Amino acid sequence: MSNVPAELKYTKSHEWVSVDGDIATVGITDHAQDLLGDMVFIELPEVSTSFEKGDDCAVVESVKAASDVYSPLSGEVLEVNDTLAETPEAVNSDPYGSWLFKLKISDASQLDEMLDAASYSGVAADDSH
Amino acid sequence: MPFVPHTENDIRNMLEAIGVESIDELFDEIPKNLRHDLGDKKPLALVPEGLPESGVARLMRDRANQDGTPLCFMGAGAYEHHIPAAVWEITTRGEFYSAYTPYQAEASQGTLQLLYEFQTMMASLTGMDVSNGSLYDGASSLAEAVLMAVRANRKSKSKRILVPRTTHPHYRKTAHTIVKNQGITLEELDYDQQGGHIDPASLSDEPGDFAALVIPYPNFFGVLEEVDVLTDWAHQHGALVIAVVNPMALGLLKSPAQWGETGADIVCGEGQPLGVPMASGGPYYGLMCCKQALVRQMPGRIVGRTVDLDGKPGYTLTLQAREQHIRRSKATSNICTNQGLMVTASTIHMALMGAEGLKRVAAQSHANKQQLVEKLTAIDGVTNTFNRPSFHEAVIQLERSPAEVLSALAESDILGGYSLVEDYPELGNALLVCATETKNNDDLEHYAEQLQQVLSK
Repeated sequence: MSNVPAELKYTKSHEWVSVDGDIATVGITDHAQDLLGDMVFIELPEVSTSFEKGDDCAVVESVKAASDVYSPLSGEVLEVNDTLAETPEAVNSDPYGSWLFKLKISDASQLDEMLDAASYSGVAADDSH
Repeated sequence: MPFVPHTENDIRNMLEAIGVESIDELFDEIPKNLRHDLGDKKPLALVPEGLPESGVARLMRDRANQDGTPLCFMGAGAYEHHIPAAVWEITTRGEFYSAYTPYQAEASQGTLQLLYEFQTMMASLTGMDVSNGSLYDGASSLAEAVLMAVRANRKSKSKRILVPRTTHPHYRKTAHTIVKNQGITLEELDYDQQGGHIDPASLSDEPGDFAALVIPYPNFFGVLEEVDVLTDWAHQHGALVIAVVNPMALGLLKSPAQWGETGADIVCGEGQPLGVPMASGGPYYGLMCCKQALVRQMPGRIVGRTVDLDGKPGYTLTLQAREQHIRRSKATSNICTNQGLMVTASTIHMALMGAEGLKRVAAQSHANKQQLVEKLTAIDGVTNTFNRPSFHEAVIQLERSPAEVLSALAESDILGGYSLVEDYPELGNALLVCATETKNNDDLEHYAEQLQQVLSK
């Protein structure tokens, strides 16, 4: 069973979000990194780009596949985690410590539509069958 | 397993599923006058009966003889160079003789090693960090480079590419055909009619931003562009630089990695001059190299070197996660193979020639072109069209229609060049001529004499 911290919010497409005021920190879940396997490259968005909720905004590439990461919320990219350029494998070893980018949230009501830990655990469990 | 054809039932079901009455209806798009199913006759009814082997051999020999063995002064994208006999002797050995990267790639270590060596040679020739295992031809390699530049230039987000008219007309057409449905526009950049090159001064007026600037080197006229200034202009304006090169010329000329302050970003071009003979329009192969930072946007097969469990070197296809068999519609391109056989020949050719050999071929080709142009422009009514330096091709100006002159020369078994009248009507009676290292002084003299005779008639 993969690790799903209770304090975070989630999407069905396996992104996690940690909210601090109007800033959302985004990464991919333990379940996602487990499915993808060893990460070899993370393509991050450009700072100050704006995304709508659901836009593809980053790519995580493992030895098996390159997968899109979808923006869990609408907003503008404030910062990206540049250290992942050298150490993409950190997403495997510490998925909740290895954030990909930070967004300035433009529509806080979208947070209500996100999954909590219990609901996401259900999604991830269904996925594993 | 034997080949199992579709049954009548299968065919009926398939036609029903797509809502079509008959197989013939599938061909309705083809104009009637181009179809062979005249009246009651089935398609292909006009294809003659089969011939015995001896009959086919005879037919082919007769047809080959009709081609003659003309003295070739035509370039325009395909170039005649001496190919040592060993090149195709080795290429056609059973171990190498296949058009494909093998499907069980890693089981064919020899083929992978050869591709790896090819990539190493290409990277060294262009000065770039990485090369792929080749693409289909020069024209489609430009299209792939354009798609790659649009993907890679995330700063500009532009889908416009600046393409000089000095780029091969066929390459421009092919690239347009391939990229137009992705909303990418190729904006034409006009050339300087005195120099036959892109005048860098004309660039500062260009409005808007571009994902990339294409720089042909040498350009379609054989002329050498001002690559340093152009490269720096592009980078200052947030555009990537796509170099379209003749790899043979790079034996002598400045490698794209050294253009301007930081060098070209993507290099593409036609690989034919390196060991592939000219034959009725093909086969060709495309080359593609780029900077390390763009490697994940590079389409096609890439071979990497690694070590196995015992620490011994081994070769493997790498960076495949973005190809179509894994990423479907989001793949970097539809290219999932390469031009294996042509690349095999090229790799052996380059290995036999060596860097010094390639340089000598390039230098001799250039020297022969200089001599040819000197001899031709000594004839009354023949002048130089452009005043800038060129590699092994040049444009000359005639007082008569190049088409007429070329057909008269053909009667004395001379392929006199490529008429520019259709592609560049503004140049008048312009003829693109080429001389490679395969020509000797007698050949050049012979062409000049024949041209003089034709023109004096």
